[in-house]
Amino acid sequence: MSLSFLLQQPDEVQRVVDTVTTGEAVAFWILGPLALAGALGMLFARNAVHSALWLVLTMLSLGVLYMVQQAPFLGFVQIIVYTGAIMMLFLFVLMLVGRDSSDSVVEVLRGQRLAAAVIGVGFAGLVVASVARALTDVEPAGLAQQNTQNGGNVANIGEALFTDYLFPFELTSALLITAAVGAMVLAFTSRTGKDAKKTQRQLVEERFRGDRPGSLPGPGVFATANSVATPALLPDGSVAPESLSELIETTARETLEDDVAEVSGTGHQPDAHALKGESS
Amino acid sequence: MSTAELLADDPLWLIIVKVVAIFAFLVVMTLFMINWERKVVARMQQRPGPNRVGPGGWLQSLADGLKLAFKEDIRPVLADKWVFFLAPVISTIPAFVAFSVIPIGGEVSIFGERTALQLVDLPVGVLVVLACSSLGVYGIVLSGWASGSPYPLLGALRSAAQVISYEIAMGLSIIAVVMHSHSLSTSDIVEAQSSGWYFYLLPVSFLIYVCSMVGETNRAPFDLPEAESELVGGFHTEYSSLKFALFFLAEYVNMVTVSALATTLFLGGWRFPFVGDDHLLNSGWFGLLWFVLKTLGFLFLFIWLRGTLPRLRYDQFMRLGWKFLVPIALVWFVAVAFARYLRQEWESAGGLDTSTALIVIGAFLAVVLVIAFLLPDKREQHDPDAVPVTGGGFPVPPLDLKVPKAPPRRQVRVAELPGADDQTQEPAAVPAASHKEASDGRV
Repeated sequence: MSLSFLLQQPDEVQRVVDTVTTGEAVAFWILGPLALAGALGMLFARNAVHSALWLVLTMLSLGVLYMVQQAPFLGFVQIIVYTGAIMMLFLFVLMLVGRDSSDSVVEVLRGQRLAAAVIGVGFAGLVVASVARALTDVEPAGLAQQNTQNGGNVANIGEALFTDYLFPFELTSALLITAAVGAMVLAFTSRTGKDAKKTQRQLVEERFRGDRPGSLPGPGVFATANSVATPALLPDGSVAPESLSELIETTARETLEDDVAEVSGTGHQPDAHALKGESS
Repeated sequence: MSTAELLADDPLWLIIVKVVAIFAFLVVMTLFMINWERKVVARMQQRPGPNRVGPGGWLQSLADGLKLAFKEDIRPVLADKWVFFLAPVISTIPAFVAFSVIPIGGEVSIFGERTALQLVDLPVGVLVVLACSSLGVYGIVLSGWASGSPYPLLGALRSAAQVISYEIAMGLSIIAVVMHSHSLSTSDIVEAQSSGWYFYLLPVSFLIYVCSMVGETNRAPFDLPEAESELVGGFHTEYSSLKFALFFLAEYVNMVTVSALATTLFLGGWRFPFVGDDHLLNSGWFGLLWFVLKTLGFLFLFIWLRGTLPRLRYDQFMRLGWKFLVPIALVWFVAVAFARYLRQEWESAGGLDTSTALIVIGAFLAVVLVIAFLLPDKREQHDPDAVPVTGGGFPVPPLDLKVPKAPPRRQVRVAELPGADDQTQEPAAVPAASHKEASDGRV
């Protein structure tokens, strides 16, 4: 029922009439606002990960729109490649930034927000106007007929890629391979030479020759939390500097003040005589 | 009549019935799998396993699920409110959606309506499963990030890297199948296997798929995102109650889905082997039975692996994915494409008999073997200046170690013990025990 548009073989007259079916219109008016909301949310979210998530919403909406417009392969590839791989890499990096780091509201360049807004709105107006002018008189052909010939949507795309568009396809692959090789060169660390990566054995020997063969104090051991973000407290209530992680931003010192006071015995102590009803 | 055409005129009520049936099937499979896993692993470890709740203990997971639903739902103070809530939902929904393209049976009649036992048949069916699995990772990654605690974050990072790596191997292993069946549609792939199943026609693809499906679902021995010994619980450390239950559900539904996809791609889907398409065993509802049996076979493999293999170290795991599975998949894919091309050429040129083909392949393998023997082995370099840190790999004491004599213990007299008068039997054990303790130092 819902997929019959992929299979029907419409004649010429019918094709022009049902290029925008009711189902397609409904899908558009649901997915279009969703995509727009995602884009705006990405712009205005304070938190970087929230921004990325809003962008995921936009990409998913676009993917589903492709599917509705009789391009199922493009739709799913959009979801797999953009949502699945690229945004995942974005998230991967953003997560390491630390979850409390939000955009700074301090303006570094004077008037850049205003300029960005003006230029952005202007550019959007330009694109919308030109695309709208270019497409108003075009009669949409639709893919319904193409999708039933020569083995369907996927086979047709494959054939077009490897015959008519072979050169652009190869060029793109060369570009991607260059990028991959570049990433490998940048991230390469030699195993020999001066700044070689230390082996596990070298690290162990270094540690035993140094002044601290044991392990570093575990985070949160003397504090009331067990998270790595919470530094360990020494018996006098001060923070053990070795317990601070280099990778993960630690909880601010101020939020631990109660714990520190409790551990060092300067804070509020429960009254031992409280239950007896006598004041000491 | 193809499956897609058969499904295209399904009435709305039938679609709803199928959706509910698939949902119920997956949930029941989850409940069954948890129990089955616990029982099988228990049997492998020589213990009885759950045997209290229900007949034979088979309702244990239902009881656990109900208990889980009534537990307190805890949200950590540092958690990101909305993402923390959203993550389990995101991980569960794609797991269920992926199953919609799996053909679980052939053509049947439901209340007089001819239809196939499949919800939808898209021309890009296999890609739907891949897309759903790539969306499912978001649930894990976001849960780790949103918990606001480092162990889940580490689990999430591991999981993201792991699933992306193994998705590549999985996609590459599927390519050969698609090349043989000329279609991405799951029902067409099952159709194409009526002449021969792909697990023996494409053995390398099959093995790579099986490896990567275990990696993809974060199951032992690849369960690094939730390694208990390193990360407490991994990405779901901070989750409780129904949200945790959703993660649990998603994991098992994912297992069922990848097993079902393996059945579809490599084990001929719902077909019974050795008999023709028009045989009684391949007609109507029988397909469902064969499909479930094959899927259960893969699920048993999951349990078996978990009961047998230790968890891999993270770098070993990544090495297996990137340096072993992906290159082999690439070489295999090129080899399959080349072989197909050669066969086409020969067929158009008049044909080549099997013995000549086998001789050519044998000669090629012989050359490869000779080259492999001629390559010198890699020798491990021995560093004479190395400082021995821990003896021969284990922290052992030196041979001439002088153990100081244990100080004489004060012998506890029976009469001095409190309550010695009314206990006549027990005090005798006390000096013996203290003697034994004292002698421990000299052993």
